[in-house]
Amino acid sequence: MTESTPVLRHPMSKYIREDRQPYIYCPGCSIGIVTNMIAHAIENLGMDINKTVVVSGIGCTGRTSGYFKTGTYHTTHGRAIAFAEGVKIANPELEVIVVSGDGDLAAIGGNHLIHACRRNIDMTVICINNFMYGMTGGQFGPTTEHGRYSQTSPRPYGNLEHPFNLVKLAASSGATFVARWTAVQARRATKSIEKGIKKEGFSFVEIIGACPTAYGRMNRLGDGVTMHRHLLEVAEIQNGLPPHEAELDYATKIICGEFVDIEKPEYTAVLAEMQRKAKGE
Amino acid sequence: MPERVMFTMGDIACAEGALSAGCRYFGGYPITPATEIAEWMSIRMPQEGGAYVQYEDEIAAITSVIGASWTGAKSMTATSGPGVSLMLEAVGLAVMTETPLVLVNIMRGGPSTGQPTRGQQGDIMQAKWGSHGDYQIIALTPASVQEMFDQTVQAFNLAEKYRTPVFVLADETVGHMRERLVIPDEKDLKLENRKTPTVDPEDYLPFKADDDLVPPMAVFGSKYQFYATGLTHDERGYPSDKENVQIELVTRLQNKILHNADKIIDVERIELDDAKIGVIAYGTPSRSAKKAIKDAREEGIKAGLLRLKTVWPFPEEQVARLASEVDHIIVAEQNLGQVYHMVKATAAPTPVHLMSKPAGMPQLPHEILAKLRDVNSM
Repeated sequence: MTESTPVLRHPMSKYIREDRQPYIYCPGCSIGIVTNMIAHAIENLGMDINKTVVVSGIGCTGRTSGYFKTGTYHTTHGRAIAFAEGVKIANPELEVIVVSGDGDLAAIGGNHLIHACRRNIDMTVICINNFMYGMTGGQFGPTTEHGRYSQTSPRPYGNLEHPFNLVKLAASSGATFVARWTAVQARRATKSIEKGIKKEGFSFVEIIGACPTAYGRMNRLGDGVTMHRHLLEVAEIQNGLPPHEAELDYATKIICGEFVDIEKPEYTAVLAEMQRKAKGE
Repeated sequence: MPERVMFTMGDIACAEGALSAGCRYFGGYPITPATEIAEWMSIRMPQEGGAYVQYEDEIAAITSVIGASWTGAKSMTATSGPGVSLMLEAVGLAVMTETPLVLVNIMRGGPSTGQPTRGQQGDIMQAKWGSHGDYQIIALTPASVQEMFDQTVQAFNLAEKYRTPVFVLADETVGHMRERLVIPDEKDLKLENRKTPTVDPEDYLPFKADDDLVPPMAVFGSKYQFYATGLTHDERGYPSDKENVQIELVTRLQNKILHNADKIIDVERIELDDAKIGVIAYGTPSRSAKKAIKDAREEGIKAGLLRLKTVWPFPEEQVARLASEVDHIIVAEQNLGQVYHMVKATAAPTPVHLMSKPAGMPQLPHEILAKLRDVNSM
């Protein structure tokens, strides 16, 4: 008989469904890094996993919720925020985290995103932006830069459209906390996720990620290591910059930092007050 | 709360029925002719410690209802055909993740924007087949203000018991008619609540069904952690692309409704014991039919009525029995024939005559009487 070798466990594995490993993600993908950030935020804040709900939509990032050992739900395409709003309003004691991709949150779910920002329900939305639809094989989406190549904006044409800047979109829609980091700025991004969770209001954290399999391949941006190294090179930290100046140009400059941190009456708190008044308390 | 009497409209009776059933979350979007339900809920929900939330569209409204239901709150939405068209994506999600919820459709004229202020019964097949894939649905068809209350309570009971979305399909006339409503003392209401797990969290399999084919349901905030997904999933809730997992899941989802059909189906048999002609109707046309068979009997025509209080799962046994008893069946519905096709398939070889009317005014008693005379002379 041979002795079994002790396996080194990842310190965050207590929050992860290990029986679902390995992840479905491709080599070089950023989603695993962001999953680790969320697990660290849960750890650092000492959150009760029974009172934490992680919700995702559809797509590569949409699979994230299913790896967490909290209450988790995988909605239809684009509806993660709408589902999460029902959860938070029906039970405001729960901490609700939405993690999904740019296609899910800003295209098919774009309407839900802007209205949730406006409504100011306490939840944290983490958007992993890889600049196109990954799960379906790399088609252009609402964040694909003009002229970039994808499966549906192929060479020699390139993308006819222009992208959303999600920081500007969330800020102008009324989010009370807005930040952007790249996947390589793991410690800073984790801190912003923690701030977003602690914030009593709608928080939006964009994490710029790499998809070497689709976006990288079609735009000749190199492998996962090369793409992540590039993100570090072009990231420029400008905390407190007015959100409308938080520019994003993949090739040259990605402005990162925390851009919005404001106070506004939070939906479930106002509702609780309304319920007390209605009962004559 | 003790018994209360109101003179009110069907839409408001529906809202009160939901509140009496314990509904504490309403996610909505305004639409004619269901708006009064939302308006009434916006007044009443805070009084009951619940939430009326108005969303940016019907897709968000019903998806939020699914979210609320997963916290353990009895939850609903109310809309009309155009809204249902948008909500059908989420109906599939609720079916797949076995989420109790109530969807009220106050049916108006269609297709598309149609006739917003006029009633129709054009959404019967939409309720059954609207979302993609194979599934069964439960749909109730009230015909009075009192039934709007009673059957909304029943809709919540069925949703909770079978962990499924349940439709209340009321035509606009029922939604907007005003009648006496008796809201029973809360002690006299029989309410169902979903089964919850009793096993240790480590042993909990969120989609492992009991003998009744319904799995106990844990909720967010409890000691159970789980993953629920619209993807085909095994008993653990984990996604699977295996053929046998898909077959087992969709078959169980179907059978948990069909094997309990006798407990779900509700029909009223009126004057059918010696009838030669049986009328089948539901909603407002069934009220006209009731008067028509009475008038027909005064003329010596032996007519009776099978009133459907539920249309899905389809009452096949009840229709087959009627077909064995009568010489002719008339289906009177406010559309171009939807339940008619189900009846025809079930009643053969008994002849089935369609009395369709795809417009705002339902079939009137004298019109159904004329049809009874025609058929009687065949």
